[in-house]
Amino acid sequence: MYPENYRYTKEHEWVLVEGDRGTIGITFHAQKELGDIVYVDLPKVGTVVEQGKALGSVESVKAVSDIYAPVSGEILEVNTALADAPEKLNEDPHGEAWLVKIRLSHPDEVKDLLSAADYQSYVGS
Amino acid sequence: MVDFGGWDMPVQYTSILEEHHAVRTSVGLFDVSHMGEIEIRGPEALSLVEYVSTNAAAKLREGQIQYSALLYDHGAIVDDILVHKVSPLEFFICVNAANQDKDFEHIRSLNRWKAEVELVSDRYAQLALQGPKAINTLQKLTPADLNSLRYYWFVDGQVAGIPARIARTGYTGEDGFELYVPPDRAESLWHALLDAGSEFGIKPCGLGARNTLRLEAKMALYGHEIHASTYPFEAGLGWIVKMEKGDFVGRAALQKALEQGIKRQLVGFEMRGRGIARDGYEVYVDGRPAGWVTSGGPSPTLGKNIGLCYLPTALSTIGRTIHIMIRNQPVEAVTVPTPFYKRAK
Repeated sequence: MYPENYRYTKEHEWVLVEGDRGTIGITFHAQKELGDIVYVDLPKVGTVVEQGKALGSVESVKAVSDIYAPVSGEILEVNTALADAPEKLNEDPHGEAWLVKIRLSHPDEVKDLLSAADYQSYVGS
Repeated sequence: MVDFGGWDMPVQYTSILEEHHAVRTSVGLFDVSHMGEIEIRGPEALSLVEYVSTNAAAKLREGQIQYSALLYDHGAIVDDILVHKVSPLEFFICVNAANQDKDFEHIRSLNRWKAEVELVSDRYAQLALQGPKAINTLQKLTPADLNSLRYYWFVDGQVAGIPARIARTGYTGEDGFELYVPPDRAESLWHALLDAGSEFGIKPCGLGARNTLRLEAKMALYGHEIHASTYPFEAGLGWIVKMEKGDFVGRAALQKALEQGIKRQLVGFEMRGRGIARDGYEVYVDGRPAGWVTSGGPSPTLGKNIGLCYLPTALSTIGRTIHIMIRNQPVEAVTVPTPFYKRAK
C-alpha cells in the first residue's frame, strides 16, 4: 500500500526524496478520510515553504484540509493537471496525483519523517 | 464517523457524490435517529402549539404536517420544527437533535395551559427514504396506499411488519418519506428498506450527502442559516410566520422588526472564480465586508460551487457580483435565484 521509498508525516503527506529534490503528495489514507476531492489549492512555483507549515489545501465535498510541507524548500513544479481533475487524488494519490516538486533546503529534515512501515502502523490497517 | 450531538454518525458510507446522485436519480436511505421528538397532548394542546410556533397550527387537519419555527420573545429562532397533527388532542413535533432539550424546556416554560408536554426522542428512531424511487421502494413493504399520501401528510401504519409513522417529508428536495419507528426495530427496518430498494440501486447515505442535498434545495440548517439571532424573515422563512393568526411568542418583536425594515437577507450565490465558499467565510461587496457565508460547497447536481450568505437587504439583489474571502483571497461569485435545485413535478 505505502511505497517503501517514500517518507510520511502524521498529517498524511508523503515525500519522495531524490538527491536534493522531493516530490510531495497526500497519502491513500488521507484521500480515503477526505472522501471525494473536488478542489486543490497549490502554491506558485518559486514559493518557499517551511516544514510543518501549510503549503496549500485540498477540499472534499465536505471540508477543507490544509496540506503541510513534509520538508522545507522551494517549489519547483506544481501538478497543474489536478486543477481540472482533482478526483485523481482519490484515484492515484501516490502516483499520478503528486502535488508539488520541491528543492529541499534542509535535507536532514527527512529523518523526522515516518517510514512506510511506521506510517502504516500509525494509520492502522 | 463523526460525533454529532453525542451521536456517532457517518459522514459518508461510500462516497458523498455517489450517495447524493442516488437520491437525485433513484433512492437513498438515511439514519436520522438523532432527530428529537416532542409530543404535546391534551384538550389544550392546540392552544400551546399555536402560541409557541409561528405557523398556523389551527389550520392543520389530522394527518397533516407543517413546517414551523419556535421563536424567542425577541423574535429570533429557537429551532425550526415539523408539527404533525395526530389528533385534535395530540401533536407530534420533530426537532433538531442538538436543540431538543432547549426546545423542550422552551415549550414547557410557556405552557400556561397545562398541556402535557413530553420529550419522547428515546421512543423513536427515524429513517429517511428519499428520492424519486422512494415510493416504489416503500410501497413494497407497506399496505398503506402511498400514492394517496400527499406531500406533508402522514399516516400511522406498518412497514415490513414494524409499526411506523410514515410521513411524506424530507430534507433533500426530492420526494420521499420519513419513518418514525421504535428504536429496537430500526435496524431490521434499515435492512428491509435496503433489500426492497436494491433493484433501484438504493444507497445508504450519510450526513455529507444530507448536507449537499439540503443546500441545493435551500433548506435551512440550524446553526448556519438560522440561529438565536436571526429572524425568520431574514432567512426567507416569512412564509412559515402567520402574523395574522393571533398572538404567539416573538410576534411583537417581529412586528417591530418589520416596521423598522428587515436589515439583511439570505441570498444564494454561485462561484465564478476558482474556489469553494465555506461556512463563516466573509463576503465583500464593492471592496467592503458586507456579510458572511452560512453554508457553501460543491453542488454535485449542478456541477458548480454554490453557497448561501447573508447580505444587507439593499445589496441582496440577484445578479450582483460579490467576492468571497477564501484564505485571504477575494474570489468572485454572483448572487443567483434559489433554490439552486428544484425537482421536476
